[in-house]
Amino acid sequence: MTLGMFIKALIYILLAPLIGGTLAGLDRIISARMQGRQGPPLFQPFYDVFKLLNKQTTVVNSIQVLFVTGYLIMTIFTGALFFAGGDMLLVFFALSMSEVVMVMAAFSTNGPYSIMGAQRELLQMMCYEPMTLLVAIGFYYANGSFMVDDLIQAKIPAIAQIPGFFIGFVFILIIKLRKSPFDLSTSHHMHQEMVKGLTTDLSGNNLAFVEIAEWYDLVLMMGIVGMFFITANPISRLWAILACAVVFFLETLIDNLFPRVKYITMLKVTWSVILIFAGTNLLILNVLK
Amino acid sequence: MAIPILNVVNFLILFPFIMAIIIGCLKKASVLRSAVIIIGGFTIMISAIYVAVSVLRSGDTSQFVFLQHTELPDKFVIAGEIFLMGLVCFLSIKYKKYYAIIFSLVGTIPVLWMDLTGRAVEGNMHLRIDTFAAVMYLIVGIVGILICIYASGYMKDYHHHHTDVQDRSNYFLALMFVFLGAMFGLISSDNLGWIYFFWEITSVCSFLMIGYTRTQEAVDNSFRALWMNLLGGCGFAAGLLYCSLNPELGFSNLSQVTQTGASELVIVPVTLFAFAALTKSAQFPFSRWLLGAMVAPTPSSALLHSATMVKIGVYMLIRVSPVMYGTLTGVMITVIGGFTFFAASLLAITVSDGKKVLAYSTISNLGLITACAGTGTTEGVWAAIMLVLFHAVSKSLLFQTVGDIENCMGSRDIEDMHGLIIKLPRLAFIMIIGICGMFMAPFGMLVSKWAALKSFVDSGSVWLVLFLVFGSGSTLFYWAKWLGKICAVIHQSFELDDITPRSEMISIFPLTTMIVVMCFAFPWMSGHMVQPILDEAFHTNIPDVIGTGDSIVMMIMVAMIFMIPIGSRFLSIGKNSKMTMSYVAGVNAGDDRHYIDSFGKERALYMSNWYMIDYFGEKKLLRPCIYVSTVLVAVMLIIVVGGAF
Repeated sequence: MTLGMFIKALIYILLAPLIGGTLAGLDRIISARMQGRQGPPLFQPFYDVFKLLNKQTTVVNSIQVLFVTGYLIMTIFTGALFFAGGDMLLVFFALSMSEVVMVMAAFSTNGPYSIMGAQRELLQMMCYEPMTLLVAIGFYYANGSFMVDDLIQAKIPAIAQIPGFFIGFVFILIIKLRKSPFDLSTSHHMHQEMVKGLTTDLSGNNLAFVEIAEWYDLVLMMGIVGMFFITANPISRLWAILACAVVFFLETLIDNLFPRVKYITMLKVTWSVILIFAGTNLLILNVLK
Repeated sequence: MAIPILNVVNFLILFPFIMAIIIGCLKKASVLRSAVIIIGGFTIMISAIYVAVSVLRSGDTSQFVFLQHTELPDKFVIAGEIFLMGLVCFLSIKYKKYYAIIFSLVGTIPVLWMDLTGRAVEGNMHLRIDTFAAVMYLIVGIVGILICIYASGYMKDYHHHHTDVQDRSNYFLALMFVFLGAMFGLISSDNLGWIYFFWEITSVCSFLMIGYTRTQEAVDNSFRALWMNLLGGCGFAAGLLYCSLNPELGFSNLSQVTQTGASELVIVPVTLFAFAALTKSAQFPFSRWLLGAMVAPTPSSALLHSATMVKIGVYMLIRVSPVMYGTLTGVMITVIGGFTFFAASLLAITVSDGKKVLAYSTISNLGLITACAGTGTTEGVWAAIMLVLFHAVSKSLLFQTVGDIENCMGSRDIEDMHGLIIKLPRLAFIMIIGICGMFMAPFGMLVSKWAALKSFVDSGSVWLVLFLVFGSGSTLFYWAKWLGKICAVIHQSFELDDITPRSEMISIFPLTTMIVVMCFAFPWMSGHMVQPILDEAFHTNIPDVIGTGDSIVMMIMVAMIFMIPIGSRFLSIGKNSKMTMSYVAGVNAGDDRHYIDSFGKERALYMSNWYMIDYFGEKKLLRPCIYVSTVLVAVMLIIVVGGAF
């Protein structure tokens, strides 16, 4: 725990919402253009969140607020841990902890749409949890460490050794970023049977907190995508940013191409993809080692 | 080895049996009986802690005791074995389950023949009180005794609710103490014959406890537990005979088996012991006895699942772990363990009976411990011991809480625990801590799982890594949805009468505290309890599995988690906000549990949890799992044991 780590964490805490919010705005513009619409201004997500923050907050119960605040704090903590150079496995454990807290917020409301969203969110976690753990293991196989600090000093980019893990991770990002074929728990597209799922019973401040937490989460996910490309060479950072841009565009594209699927399809497809790509990659690495 | 410790160990082994006799005489649930249990129980606990602390402080890693005069105990062991065999035969004939007799005879008679004809090898050691034994003393002494104390209050309530069951609570409580005595004996023994004797006591004891209510279901389940465990006992007896009668081995002690290192010969008894351990630890294909054990009153489930019965199996596996390194047996054991971890966690999703979820979770976690022990690496054993410790505490707490909830609400179904945080806030908080302890990030089980993952990666066991990552996904699902049920806040609901007696709280509060304290104490536990064990077993130490930096991060996480309940008590966040009802598409009917349907009628609204029975249901998954694992066990036995002849 050195000063350098604190500074890195602090930079993340300050900059991540700005980057995340802008990316969210970009996502909306790209989506709109794909659908032949003009779309909102780039900074629309910020305007939305400021408005939410200024609105009156109505709550269903008092525990809900604590859970949502806990979710925000733990998400920030998770991201800070990653960007400060912490242990990858611990980052993913902390990530699922923060998600569980959010799910509890939805469960505590006892509303039908919230609880349905919460159940589905848990199922989504069950779908992507294997992959997140495998990503950490993949990096360990590739570069012999779980620490982000050591991993960014790699000689060759990790993608050369663990392409299967990359494919798997990009695939589960669809779930993580709540994109269309798998956005079962919140239904980002309007007029669906479950209203807003997980966040149905949140309003004002609380909803704003969830939005901000998702921005932090988005930046963290993009950071992990970048990790596949980063080496000790500074130019590699450029490649990493480029890769993030491509992945981000791809996710938006997928969002607009596919209709939502049933939960069992999601479970089967994600687990198969993880097993086929990441599992095979792991086997090959193990044989080569 | 100081003599006083030996005396205390003798006391630990014998005193529970004396306690059992005393309690057996006190027929009625009375203040006297509770007092006897509490005073006697705490005496045992203090002695166990005394022995454990002295062993841990001494730093001596090879503490064996050779007893000069073993004629008396040896005779006692032989008499005991004959008695157990007679008891099993008698009960099998009484309930017309004749197959149990075969297993009992096959296991016991050869051992008796060997002892009585003087073919048994004269051992050089009888007792072994090393660090691992000390750690087990702590588990059995603290968790086991707390369960007994809990039982003294619980059984009274139990018979209050279940008037159809004949009150034999004195017999039940006595059995629990016999069980503890056998546990202490098994942990302390190094002589294989003695271990076998205590092993059989636990099998028969669990059988008697499961059959306590004497209903048809209880009888069936108890005999299932009996034959499976006796089958394991046969495996143990075979290993014991092989050790003694093979002229090239001539072992009579467990420590001799583990110290010689892997060879063609040693691996045969090790495989047989591991097979016995699989039955005790309820791994697939032997899991069904543990599921059936739920029919007994809750304290017996708590005892069997957490601190005693199932832990004997993994205790044996961890003991023989160094020999299994790099052998086929080791590979098969890890595969069976990993498979059990994954399959049981899927099955746990589909059941809504609280105790059954706990049972599947026990099987699943034991699978993980088995897999860790099977790798035979230092990191694997580190993770296995940590898992044993954390699992014992969390699981016994969860069983006790479920038992209390059942006494208060008349149901232990997870669906009925909806809104528990409003109905029974005290038990709900304890339950939340218990559940968090089983799967959430900074708590013990996850720390050990993390170490397990590292050890699997380092030993290159790809299949285990895959089992573990997919299994942890489904583990998260079934715990979190239970947690969610508890956390639902229902409006206009009232607190139920919390009738949990004080004697049960004597047990529950220390366990809850221990879960929290162990989160902070695990670096210390690793250094002072687990490292010496590795030193004894492998003669090496390992660098900290969880680094200091990570430990600090996890402390911060624990602190953050506890901010939520503390915050809800003391901070005013959210209490000034405008309250509303949850969203029911605008047709709420006064509260969040009713809505107006399209005919203008008021209807009740209820959200059930998700069980996915169509995909992972017991009907669909249980049989294939048993078949697959039976094949695995058979392959292991045929290749390793059959190959030796």
